Amino acid sequence: MTDSATRRAAYTVIGLLIVGVMLFPVYWMLNASLQPSGNTLTAGFLPLDPSFAGYRRALSEQGGNLVTSLIIATGTVVLSLAIAAPCAYALSQFRSRWVSIGLLAILISQMIPGIVIANALYTAYERIGLLNSIPGLIVANCSSALPFAILILRSFMLSLPPSLVEAARVDGAGLLRAFVAIVLPISRNSLITAGLFSFLFSWSDFLFALTLTTKGGVRPVTLGIYQYLGTQVQNWNAVMATAVLSAIPAVVLLVAAQKYIAAGAVGGAVK
Amino acid sequence: MAQATLTRSVAVRRQRGRRGESLTKVLFVLPAALAMAALFGYPVVKNVVMSLQDYSLRTFFTGQAPFVGLKNYAAMVSDQLFSQAMVNTALFTIGSIAFQFSIGLALALFFRRNFPLGGLLRSLLLLPWLLPLIVSSATWRSILEQDNGILNRTLTGLHLIDQPVPWLNSPSVALIAVIGVNIWIGIPFNVTLLYSGLSEIPDELYEAGQLDGATGRRAFVHITWPNLRAVAGVLLMLGVVYTIKVLDIILGLTGGGPANATQTLATQSYERSFVDFKFGEGAALSNLLIGLSFLFAIFYLRSTRRAVDE
Repeated sequence: MTDSATRRAAYTVIGLLIVGVMLFPVYWMLNASLQPSGNTLTAGFLPLDPSFAGYRRALSEQGGNLVTSLIIATGTVVLSLAIAAPCAYALSQFRSRWVSIGLLAILISQMIPGIVIANALYTAYERIGLLNSIPGLIVANCSSALPFAILILRSFMLSLPPSLVEAARVDGAGLLRAFVAIVLPISRNSLITAGLFSFLFSWSDFLFALTLTTKGGVRPVTLGIYQYLGTQVQNWNAVMATAVLSAIPAVVLLVAAQKYIAAGAVGGAVK
Repeated sequence: MAQATLTRSVAVRRQRGRRGESLTKVLFVLPAALAMAALFGYPVVKNVVMSLQDYSLRTFFTGQAPFVGLKNYAAMVSDQLFSQAMVNTALFTIGSIAFQFSIGLALALFFRRNFPLGGLLRSLLLLPWLLPLIVSSATWRSILEQDNGILNRTLTGLHLIDQPVPWLNSPSVALIAVIGVNIWIGIPFNVTLLYSGLSEIPDELYEAGQLDGATGRRAFVHITWPNLRAVAGVLLMLGVVYTIKVLDIILGLTGGGPANATQTLATQSYERSFVDFKFGEGAALSNLLIGLSFLFAIFYLRSTRRAVDE
């Protein structure tokens, strides 16, 4: 008994070490963001004398870009969920040979590199005036959010008993009304999961921000960080402070929706 | 009798509503189908067409993109960076996946053990996967910085190296450093999928194996691995498909440099299209990427078919 307790404690220590090593870069990002201007890279292991100069600079230079990213990510969530939810329901409950064709199309879509989409969207956007626009980036970001959202929602909706909707149908409700009144409320958790992932995908997007904007007007924060890195880096504390601010959604997602993340990753990949 | 009448009347009502209903059913899928066609179908077709055209900056002013046959593909293959980009793409993909998978498997096996805080630590491990790639790139840029980066300072402090290693500034080590960062990013995803695969192996198998003397390594070879193969297959194919097109990390860490040491097909495609504005050549390169992905996709679909059918 004591032996197994000792052994389990030892496992915990090893686990802590593994996570410590894996998350060291994240700690280092935080540590470097709290250094005074200039000497960031000579920082010690602990921010014994924390300075918020980096954050002041980050907020004044990247604050607008953070808001831009927020708007784009929120737009992507709304658009991708509105399109994905009915489709996921259809793919989980309707009986049709088109279901497997649809799933195949979604799986194939995951193999198409973002640069292919960027190439085509750039030329199309150039013609219809969507370059350097927030709607343009929202639509482009749906290319990563939408297939994933459909797969996640479908893997949850597969477990819905058909009798649930049948009962409402007998009462005379149309398919659409039954979907809105019954299926959507009951799928709340999976909608939140898919929405969080859509937000994160869009918030993290760098490729479309880089290729579908050509001048300064619309600039998501990922592009802001890239431009900091482009030249010789002068103020590491500001770069790292921006990085910390950009990492907040990921941390929030991890804390708030911990149990859904693994399920989402597995559901989106395998099912 | 009453039951049968009821069933029949329901069936009649259903039949009547069927045409309207199938229209509603189409409406459920239509927006997604249109979106998928616009976001994936159109780009693939457009890239194939563009790769056969002289599609350049001039096209945007004149609207003309003359058909040039396979000239863009010829230019792609004869480019002096092409073979290096191919080799780098292969090294990047194989190196990343080999280590992501093996480290991921080791960690997944470790976290299957029951110990205090295990679940919490395992979910914390996901963080690197959730961070925006450009954030990870920026962080690693600061860690790997040659003169004052914490890695070189630590290694020098421990007397493991005499001189700072130019991780991202030397053509001979930059690719290794970039692969290392990508391994770090990919481990969490591998752990998560392998862990869920391990969880689905019934305990009874191990109990039965114990009776036959299959414990430790023998249990892994005869029980764990055969039952994990389906998940591992999916994971490896997904790994190839995702890794072969990685762009953000390389652009953020090295921009393809130094001296083109970290150029891959994806970075080359980006540069042709969006730096040189030779969209035809960029499209040819990205079509090669699609082709390679589809090669692996065939394996991928074969191994996921079972999961899809469920």
